[in-house]
Amino acid sequence: MIAQHDDLHNKLNLEQDQDVKQFLTFFMAEEEYGVDILTVQEIRSWEEITVIPNSPDFVKGVINLRGTIVPIIDLRLRFGISAIEYGPLTVVIVLKVQLENTCKIMGIAVDAVSDVYSIAEHEAKAVPHLSDSDNAQFVAGLVNVGEKMVALLDLQKTMDI
Amino acid sequence: MSIDLSQFFEVFFEESFEGLDAMEAELLNLVPGEEDLETINTIFRAAHSIKGGSGTFGFSAVADFTHVLETLLDQIREGSRDLTAEHVNLLLKSVDCLRALLRTLQAEQQPDLTEADELRIKFEEILGMRAASKETEQAQEAVSESSFNTYQIDFKPHHHLFKTGNEPLYMISELAELGELETQSFQDDVPDITNLAPEDCFLSWRFFLTTDKEQSCIEEIFEWVEDDADITITLCGGLFGDEEITAAETVAEETAPAQEAEPAEVKPTTDSKKPAPVKATTANAESTSIRVGIDKVDSLINMVGELVITQAMLSQLGEQEITETTIASLQEGLAQLAHNTRDLQENVMRIRMLPISFVFSRFPRLVRDISQKLDKQVELKLLGEQTELDKTVMEKLSDPMVHLVRNSLDHGLETVDKRVAAGKNPVGTVTLNAFHQGGNIVIEIMDDGQGLNTSKIREKAIKNGLISETDELSDNEINELIFLPGFSTADQVSDLSGRGVGMDVVRRNIEALSGSVEVASAPGVGSTFTIRLPLTLAILDGQLVRIAEHTYIIPLISIIESLQIDISKVSRVGKDLDVLRLRDEYIPILRLYNIFNHQGAIETLDKTLLVVVESDNQKVGLLVDDLLSQQQVVIKSLEANYQKVDGVSGATILGDGRVSLIVDISGLIKLSGLRKPGSQELIIESKANLEAS
Repeated sequence: MIAQHDDLHNKLNLEQDQDVKQFLTFFMAEEEYGVDILTVQEIRSWEEITVIPNSPDFVKGVINLRGTIVPIIDLRLRFGISAIEYGPLTVVIVLKVQLENTCKIMGIAVDAVSDVYSIAEHEAKAVPHLSDSDNAQFVAGLVNVGEKMVALLDLQKTMDI
Repeated sequence: MSIDLSQFFEVFFEESFEGLDAMEAELLNLVPGEEDLETINTIFRAAHSIKGGSGTFGFSAVADFTHVLETLLDQIREGSRDLTAEHVNLLLKSVDCLRALLRTLQAEQQPDLTEADELRIKFEEILGMRAASKETEQAQEAVSESSFNTYQIDFKPHHHLFKTGNEPLYMISELAELGELETQSFQDDVPDITNLAPEDCFLSWRFFLTTDKEQSCIEEIFEWVEDDADITITLCGGLFGDEEITAAETVAEETAPAQEAEPAEVKPTTDSKKPAPVKATTANAESTSIRVGIDKVDSLINMVGELVITQAMLSQLGEQEITETTIASLQEGLAQLAHNTRDLQENVMRIRMLPISFVFSRFPRLVRDISQKLDKQVELKLLGEQTELDKTVMEKLSDPMVHLVRNSLDHGLETVDKRVAAGKNPVGTVTLNAFHQGGNIVIEIMDDGQGLNTSKIREKAIKNGLISETDELSDNEINELIFLPGFSTADQVSDLSGRGVGMDVVRRNIEALSGSVEVASAPGVGSTFTIRLPLTLAILDGQLVRIAEHTYIIPLISIIESLQIDISKVSRVGKDLDVLRLRDEYIPILRLYNIFNHQGAIETLDKTLLVVVESDNQKVGLLVDDLLSQQQVVIKSLEANYQKVDGVSGATILGDGRVSLIVDISGLIKLSGLRKPGSQELIIESKANLEAS
């Protein structure tokens, strides 16, 4: 028992040493993206939303999150990907975003959630600045998980609206 | 035993500020020569508790300063000194000074003691000038307070000292903490071992204590054994203070030297930029706690009690089988719950409500100072001081009000000569009046001065290009011009007003509180500024309206009427603006679905409803598909997690959990492009167009 505990402890330490973080990943247009799991407040299904007049198209509106007004951003539209009908898999990931001097609670609507991976931060590779696409700025880095590639989001940029 | 005193700092500061306010108010009531003993006592008590408190918490700068102030007050109280106008002025100045000192201390900054020292010297001059025998003692005491004295203390306990549970050793070590201690013990009384009663005390001592503390501190140590010992304390080769007030200054020991050394270092650097630190600290000194009357708390507790009972009843019902009888009592229970909730809500809101006297109370001083400066005679009347107002509203109300009162004094009221020449009472009157009207609080600032000079305002407005020479405006419309940015008619720029930042700022501040300000004026009779504010910023009465599938809330307070449009009375002005003739007015129609960019709303005018609203004296009609219910809504911020949205002042959560947005009328008017700098423009323009057609 004690040995087991120590083992676990060592493992955790090891993970800390190697700046391993857990990331929640989700799908959007066949691609997998990840956000630091510590910023995730909760995951909700898509629900009716109140539209904000004259807002950018990617701001779908606001919802009531237990008394707090939380804006929801459609990540597809934010990335300039064509919108799809919201279906049963569509989820809203509510995130706590640390902006310059405030902390805001915002939600992102994505196609579906995928998994939680432990990823060492140093494994992340910078995004090649090849295309003129603006979307590169929303991605903090790319990592390989097995055969797949996951794009880690730069939340500050993504949510800076 | 050490207690972390810092946890009490906030309470101390709050109490001190309250004490200072009380002192100020009472000082303003003082008329030299006919002072009331009770008034002086109140001032004295306030000063005394500030001194005591600051001593305890180690703010020796404050304690020292208050001490001289208190000495003077004490003499006046005892009748050994007559109160003069000079004293009152000096005391008022010290109140200001103390307030500034406490604010810097509250902000955990080093206080600037220059002013305090200057004032202290003045006090000491007064105290020392007429040196009667008794006063000398006290004055010198104030001076000698901070220097070191040597006391001789003879301590001869009675035999039964130990039986009372006292231990001389503790007292001696406490003495040693006060300063440098020399001890002699006398064993002459000790009997030989056969007669020695082991439980009695036969020893006695003589101490020489060199300390900067007052004698009272020494007395304090021996307080418990006074009846069980012979104690004599004498000051060696110094002054004999007959100290009657004991301030708890023992704690100050460590901090005192550090702070006392401060003035010398601070002086040269701060002289030039003295106002700066004070300003910086006043900004963040907005108090973060409120005092709530025990009756309010009690009624809350009662209500929560009722709520718990209702809840218990409902949950009991929930466990039973549903029959027709249970449904009836369930409905009853729900009605009761609604009732309880509403009561609770109202009472919780009442906690935030404070009487407006908190704002009013600063004006006697302001008026006194300004009228002296301007050499005008002014009487200030305060009415409706008990009118209650939300605390947040109150905090933001104070600056605009100060501005308006200053204006009244500076521009409104005439000088004594002019008033006499006009056959008026030489003493001008400024009246502050507060009362509730509907869901609003109304504050009036009235003066019986010369009124607004319409021709001068007009001239100035033309010069500034706000209106053109051909415009014909009514007096009221002209008076409204003073609220436009960059408008100031003062003949000369004075210290008090006339710097061009003026009424527009006042109006903006008040509108930020979703209130309004108006002026009415009669030449030679006076002018009245009327401020209207919602009672609270947290809740508003709203009218729910529907536009396509979206629900919006219009603040009920700005709605004048709702009507079906009579299409024959609608005319089109310009490209796409429809105007409705409603009685004698022309109301521009704003198509909300256009402004908010919503699809699917009804566009034909005669099938929709028009909600006529007013903001900034501008009436507009909002086109909506349907009127829904009216209800009280709790205002939530959109900015907290999103950003400011034009035309929307906030959001709320409806009964079914959905979010609904609250329409901001003045923002909407701006958004629609109707608003020009002078709100009259649009109306005049449309009138002209209509008449032409």
